[in-house]
Amino acid sequence: MFSYLVNRVFQAVGVLLVVALLSFVIFNYVGDPINNMVGQEATLEDREELRERLGLNDSVLVQFLRFVANAAEGEFGISYQFQRKVSDLILERMPATLELVFVSAVIALAAGIGLGVFTGLRRDSWLSRFVLTVSLVGVSLPTFVIGILLIYIFSVGLEWLPSFGRGDTVRIGDWDSGLLTGSGWLAIILPAITLGLFQLTIILRLVRAEMLEVLRTDYIKFARARGLSRRAINFGHALKNTMVPVITIAGLQIGTLIAFSIITETVFQWPGMGLLFIQGVEFADVPIMGAYLLLAAIAFVAINLIVDLLYAAVDPRLRVSAQRGKGTA
Amino acid sequence: MKAWLVPTTVAMAVCFGAWEASAKNVLRWASQGDAITADPHSANESPTIAAALQVHDALIDRDPDMKLIAGLATKWGTLPGQSNVWRLKLRKGVKFHDGTPFTADDAIFSLERAKQKSSDMKAYISSIVEMRKVDDHTVDLITKGPNPILPNQLTAIGIMSRAWAKKHKVEKPQDFRKQEESYAARHANGTGPYMLKLREPGVRTILVRNPNWWGWKDAGGNVDEIVYTPIKNAATRVAALLSGQVDFVLDPPFQDLNRIKRNPNLKLVQKAQIRTIFFGIDGSSKELRTADVKGKNPFADKRVREAMYRVIDIEAIRRVVMKGYSVPAGMITAPGVTGYTPALDRRLAHDPARAKQLLAEAGYPNGFSVRLDCPNNRYNNDEKICIAVVPMLARIGIRATLDAQPKSKHFVTVARKQSDFYMLGWGVVTLDSHFVFSYLFHSRGAWNRTGYSNARIDELTDAMPVTSDLKKRNAIIAEAWKIVRDDIVYLPLHHQVIVWGMSKKLDLPMRADDAAYFRWAKLKK
Repeated sequence: MFSYLVNRVFQAVGVLLVVALLSFVIFNYVGDPINNMVGQEATLEDREELRERLGLNDSVLVQFLRFVANAAEGEFGISYQFQRKVSDLILERMPATLELVFVSAVIALAAGIGLGVFTGLRRDSWLSRFVLTVSLVGVSLPTFVIGILLIYIFSVGLEWLPSFGRGDTVRIGDWDSGLLTGSGWLAIILPAITLGLFQLTIILRLVRAEMLEVLRTDYIKFARARGLSRRAINFGHALKNTMVPVITIAGLQIGTLIAFSIITETVFQWPGMGLLFIQGVEFADVPIMGAYLLLAAIAFVAINLIVDLLYAAVDPRLRVSAQRGKGTA
Repeated sequence: MKAWLVPTTVAMAVCFGAWEASAKNVLRWASQGDAITADPHSANESPTIAAALQVHDALIDRDPDMKLIAGLATKWGTLPGQSNVWRLKLRKGVKFHDGTPFTADDAIFSLERAKQKSSDMKAYISSIVEMRKVDDHTVDLITKGPNPILPNQLTAIGIMSRAWAKKHKVEKPQDFRKQEESYAARHANGTGPYMLKLREPGVRTILVRNPNWWGWKDAGGNVDEIVYTPIKNAATRVAALLSGQVDFVLDPPFQDLNRIKRNPNLKLVQKAQIRTIFFGIDGSSKELRTADVKGKNPFADKRVREAMYRVIDIEAIRRVVMKGYSVPAGMITAPGVTGYTPALDRRLAHDPARAKQLLAEAGYPNGFSVRLDCPNNRYNNDEKICIAVVPMLARIGIRATLDAQPKSKHFVTVARKQSDFYMLGWGVVTLDSHFVFSYLFHSRGAWNRTGYSNARIDELTDAMPVTSDLKKRNAIIAEAWKIVRDDIVYLPLHHQVIVWGMSKKLDLPMRADDAAYFRWAKLKK
């Protein structure tokens, strides 16, 4: 187990270096931040001097190495567009993104599994058909359209929910939480649904398909023959056995949730890391883009690792084969 | 202990708090992008300057019609016989937000700070070579030769407290080589009408009324608290206005203006902006980079430039692309700027037949191809204007391929002189034609990417800042405009029109520089 972990950490460092290098090559095509930083009055000499001071005249490799050296010390420099330390900015914005991802993951999992089981068990009821039809919207409409649609229905039309922002937040240590105030909960509903709808649909369809599969197996028939209650069969035996693929997908989808949150955050002006990244791209704010891409890569690598470890926890067969492997080695 | 005291006090506090909240005039507003910093000298960018000037006063200010009015200086003028020495009488009894009194030392310190290498405002006051404190409320600014537009230039520089800057070690604006954030990026101590209560960059900024501000009697605004949220997505911004979650949107997208107009609680207000949109054409290179004509430059021929000018149907662009929110332009400077005249602003007539003929006379009966470079996120409907112009040019055989890019890329292309044919917009910060000539027409102008070089224009441009005799100066400016108009150096398109969307409860005068100054804002109950 330990050597497995060490191995994975080395792999992760390799992935991160490649991501950082690729980002720096891409940054050269994003454009020049200088024009966004100075007014039209600035002379060409002033511009050139600022470019020199920011180190933008150095070669990609030199810029990359400097970035890696600083990043290793946790330093990402000063943002060009906010004139603040990037590490502070990201730490401040992280709670917003993580809370949004958390709430939408909970919605996606709870509603996805619940509806999945329901549509799996009552295949032919009109409600199941209705749910399945509506869920098609979740996969076929792009996130920003769903977001704008929800805003126009629930904010502009009905005036029930806010159209942007996080509402009031409460500060606990370094964590700025919106989940402890009424306005915070009202504000998170629309973005969380927008962000989680795609995942909800995926999980719903996956659970339904797995349920249909499992319900046909011999051990379920045998359980029925033993006279177990429906409840014990459906949830104790059938549902539990559908969970391995669901965990895989849900885990990987959390990575995508963080990535997709860029769009949702932009639509709802949700002050998280994704919005910060978009603001950075628009401005060609290299320090922010570099730090964000690196963090996103770290998040993906970490989630994949956790998913691998969870398999072992859920599926005893994997544990046994790992031990057996150790024995023979 | 008296247990009943606690709930009663809490209840009273709640009631009092609620009462106070309802009595306060809170203005919530949004626009696309946040200010870069709260530091008044660190970034020369319009939203940043506008934000800084709510909190800091400048020595000389502008009223809603852009006329110069007293700021922290109550009187200014050159000394008799010394046209390069400006004497400013400073306002007495003014206090910074932290309570320290404002004196000549703060004024000199702030100008000195704005002249530092890491300052982005240094271009405005580069003509100042020396500053002298005459007494606590009088300063002399000595310029390198006469500079009649110094008062205009001073309107952009906010004055901050010297003691405060020393205490927080922000005597110089942010240096990007340092890894530390400047204290002044999120904190400020000025003398202005509003005090910075909270700044979360890119998220929220809260300003509260400075009850001791010297100018409230004249300004007359009644807003106690201003909550600003940048909302990047245009549809979300409009939705926030339509649903009443903000009272004012500075930059509603043109396609949504009718929705705002139809809403019974909202209104649109508009004003001509001092920014002119135009095309630049490289008439000086030996050969164009992107044209299929080799060995010569078609743009070098004035007849080609005139043909392109005449074939652009600016009325159609105004009607269809700009939804009526633009003013067709014949010169690259808008009403309100010294040197503007309606006669110079009249366009050459739209005349495709004549254009075709001119192009044939120049030797291009079948036209030629060229790349048109445009930004897609800088000016009102910039990309759409270019999309409309491409088929207009095609009518006379000029096959333009459009390359629309974000501003971070477009301006690099233009600045590095990699474009033959490009869109640019020019605002006139100092409200004086010299600003336009020194950047766009002078042979060494930083944004003259056309290669236009005319000895007479250089001479006239250089004479503008040093001629104090107003009559003579106006004649110089008029001659210069006539020359560049006849030479068709650029193809002017239109002056932009600013449109703001706001609640009908709000009365907020517009300024032609597209900045909202809340000292004049009145909220009705």
